Amino acid sequence: MTVFLTIIVIALFGITIWQMSKIVNLSQGVGIPDSQIANDEDNNMQGKIMLAFVAFLYVLMGYCFIQYRSYFLPETASEHGIEYDRLMMISVVLIMIVQLITQVLLHFFAYKYRGNKDRKALFYADNDKLEFIWTIIPVIVLAGLIIYGLFTWTDIMNIDENEGDPVIVELYAKQFAWEARYAGKDSELGKANVRFIQGVNTIGVDASDPYAMDDVIANELHLPVGRKVIFKMRSQDVLHSAYMPHFRAQMNVVPGMITEFAYTPILTTEEMRQSDYMVEKVQTINEIRKEKSKELVAKGDEPLEPYTFDYYLLCNKICGASHYNMQMKIVVESEEDYNAWLKKQKTFKEVISAQAAN
Amino acid sequence: MSATAVHADDHAHEHEHHHKETFITKYIFSIDHKMIAKQYLITGLIMGTIGILMSILFRIQLAWPDESFTIFEIFLGKWAPDGVMDPNAYLALVTIHGTIMVFFVLTAGLSGTFSNLLIPLQIGARDMASGFMNMVSYWLFFLSSVIMVMSLFVEAGPAAAGWTIYPPLSALPQAMGGSGAGMTLWLVSMAIFIASSLLGSLNYVVTVLNLRTKGMSMTRMPLTIWAFFVTAIIGIVSFPVLLSAALLLIMDRSFGTSFFLSDIYISGEVLHNQGGSPVLFEHLFWFLGHPEVYIVLLPALGITSEIIATNARKPIFGYRAMIASILAIAFLSTIVWGHHMFVSGMNPFLGSVFTFTTLLIAIPSAVKAFNYITTLWKGNLQFNPAMLFSIGLVSTFITGGLTGIILGDSTLDINVHDTYFVVAHFHLVMGISALYGLFAGVYHWFPKMYGKMMNKKLGYIHFWFTAIGAYGVFFPMHFVGMAGLPRRYYNNTNFPYFDDLQDTNVLITMFAIMTALVQLVFIYNFIHSIFYGKKAEQNPWKSNTLEWTTPVEHIHGNWPGEIPEVHRWAYDYSKTREDGEYVIPGQDYAPQTIPLQENEEELHH
Repeated sequence: MTVFLTIIVIALFGITIWQMSKIVNLSQGVGIPDSQIANDEDNNMQGKIMLAFVAFLYVLMGYCFIQYRSYFLPETASEHGIEYDRLMMISVVLIMIVQLITQVLLHFFAYKYRGNKDRKALFYADNDKLEFIWTIIPVIVLAGLIIYGLFTWTDIMNIDENEGDPVIVELYAKQFAWEARYAGKDSELGKANVRFIQGVNTIGVDASDPYAMDDVIANELHLPVGRKVIFKMRSQDVLHSAYMPHFRAQMNVVPGMITEFAYTPILTTEEMRQSDYMVEKVQTINEIRKEKSKELVAKGDEPLEPYTFDYYLLCNKICGASHYNMQMKIVVESEEDYNAWLKKQKTFKEVISAQAAN
Repeated sequence: MSATAVHADDHAHEHEHHHKETFITKYIFSIDHKMIAKQYLITGLIMGTIGILMSILFRIQLAWPDESFTIFEIFLGKWAPDGVMDPNAYLALVTIHGTIMVFFVLTAGLSGTFSNLLIPLQIGARDMASGFMNMVSYWLFFLSSVIMVMSLFVEAGPAAAGWTIYPPLSALPQAMGGSGAGMTLWLVSMAIFIASSLLGSLNYVVTVLNLRTKGMSMTRMPLTIWAFFVTAIIGIVSFPVLLSAALLLIMDRSFGTSFFLSDIYISGEVLHNQGGSPVLFEHLFWFLGHPEVYIVLLPALGITSEIIATNARKPIFGYRAMIASILAIAFLSTIVWGHHMFVSGMNPFLGSVFTFTTLLIAIPSAVKAFNYITTLWKGNLQFNPAMLFSIGLVSTFITGGLTGIILGDSTLDINVHDTYFVVAHFHLVMGISALYGLFAGVYHWFPKMYGKMMNKKLGYIHFWFTAIGAYGVFFPMHFVGMAGLPRRYYNNTNFPYFDDLQDTNVLITMFAIMTALVQLVFIYNFIHSIFYGKKAEQNPWKSNTLEWTTPVEHIHGNWPGEIPEVHRWAYDYSKTREDGEYVIPGQDYAPQTIPLQENEEELHH
């Protein structure tokens, strides 16, 4: 895939250089010492290259949109993501229209009005009507985008614990790992502060708080499909950011305060794996990994594991040396599977009493 | 105004009498604005070389992770054992690359160079209001550059918390090695840099307000001066806030205060800090950080306005609208900082407010872009290298600016925040655009600075390779970001999901290396032309502005005789009389010093 682009680039450069050398010859032929100021030949040539350049730009843009379409994230796995994706689509289409029009005008004018001795520029300093038009059009378009965006934003950020029966999960971040704490049966997280960190109580839960007793701490994030999940985020050391791209969700995790985000998963891990998009993507990735493994084996290293898709949560705020590998697996499953999984986990009470028994 | 001009005249005569300059007063501790401009430019270019080299190093790492390279061993030494880059070194490289490019190259190197060179020359002043302050400003900048470069050699590594140095990461040496002595030096360097920037900015504002020559009303000033003037004002408003942030951070780091720290457990112990908030730091940082974007960009846009008009042989379209846009951008730039913090944990209502103000800023930006395009329309375009870079700037400014509409929308920002989409966006809209502005300025005013011409063919090669390379690097990068790839990742191999992005990362690195290599053509052209370039004429680009009425040889006080008087605005290119003949027959431009001709009307632009 790189080959195609590289060829175009090299070809364009070739032409450029060839034409440059022609200019050198031409300018020497005229017999005037080169003043290093653009003359008519320069203008002619550079104007033409301008046109070639906008063609290159269009090819590059087209190539990216076609070749990299598999890079776009798959259909959203969360409810609010539907609105998000629609707004994104509208915005991208809009800006690409503006991009295509303005770039071609800019470079085409550069080509069309390339200077020569006989040309006379038009003294054209002002036109109130024209300027009014191109002020008012962005105003209207942007007003539309702003209103749409703000409604969606308010919907996403409006987190109400008393509405429905949300799952309450604390996301706990530290250099360089994530942990999840579920509120348990009482749907209420126990109090916590870094000052309670001791022994097995690694995330500083207040052991004297009765609400904390049924809390469940896990290092995998399991979520029931179709139920709203409210995340309460806490960091013990530096800034982190909980980024879950497939759910169109991100919120920074800030030491000293609790930040919140909420969404409703709508696609289970299994459903996402079965989607056409993901089947194709995983296949491509596994081919790449197979190729790489061959090289590794030849060098005497371990081959790479084949890849199966899982949702993930990754850290997206620089947090130190291993920032690049601070992740947690997310599993979205049916309500029954989720409950069964939760039951298997130890509660906070069980964890600390086990420690006390020792 | 005239009283000042007369006074300045006396001053100049005085200078002619005792014209004893030593090497030190002429080349080192010079108070002549033209020499200070050159000092800024060369320091900026050296810092730029360091910054770009760093980007190449980390691009190589991203394209071929975990592989060994001799080039790493050469430049990174112990930070690349056996030629494999250390993760801390990677973070340090991106951090210092960002710091150097934003502050040392694009703030000081661009605005410092051209504000110093052009403000006195284009408004008709003998020098800056305070030559001494100007000199101090440069030398503080030099000192801060030296300290920043020195910090690279600290035992535990230079600052590595990202150029935004968010605490607690930047406050706690336990969190990363770079937050020790390296961060201290970073903060000291920046504090000095801010002092330098403020001295410079105050000088620019005072000079523009007080030292304009007779006839040079505010609405006759070239757009370059408007841009520098407004940039200086934004700098004065916002840089002190960064200084306060830096001071508070120094206190948190060294004196046990808790402005930004609270509830922290690190290296097995709880810190005493209580009640501070990292979000407060983010507010303070971005209160400068966002205007900073315009501090970088406005001078480039001002330079471009002047160069496009001159080389299109046409007045800039919508002069008043351009000034209004500059003012609107300047005002709005101080109330949009929160768009960097949509997901920082601040109140979502604030997110709504900042979305609104942010998308508003697209309006004056759009007006500027349209005005540039219209200026080209029906022109007589002279494609000097400076003109090419100016058109290139308009192109990247549009491409990069448009994606701002996505990032400025709080909703859409959620999923592209801190991904490569952001990296692509800001590099195009402020990095590449401002660099194009810098190059355009150098090519255009080189004859004024050095009395020589730069080689145009090398200029053409420089531009086209850079233009292709810049788009080749940053356009595909948007798509990598849309895939959800976070920035500042040392490598992506821990996420098999990103395996199919690797080819594109290689492609981007190839383009980056090519683009960086082409800059050598520029460096060669620059140095070679200083010594062996063709001697310049007084007004090579047939320009209207005042700097081209000074002699090619630099003299203290700029004009040998009296300061010229100004009779018209700077954009009377191809202005014709009613019979179709140019205002000055046979010449398609009317310099600002030419009085209005018979039957000629001055337009109320």
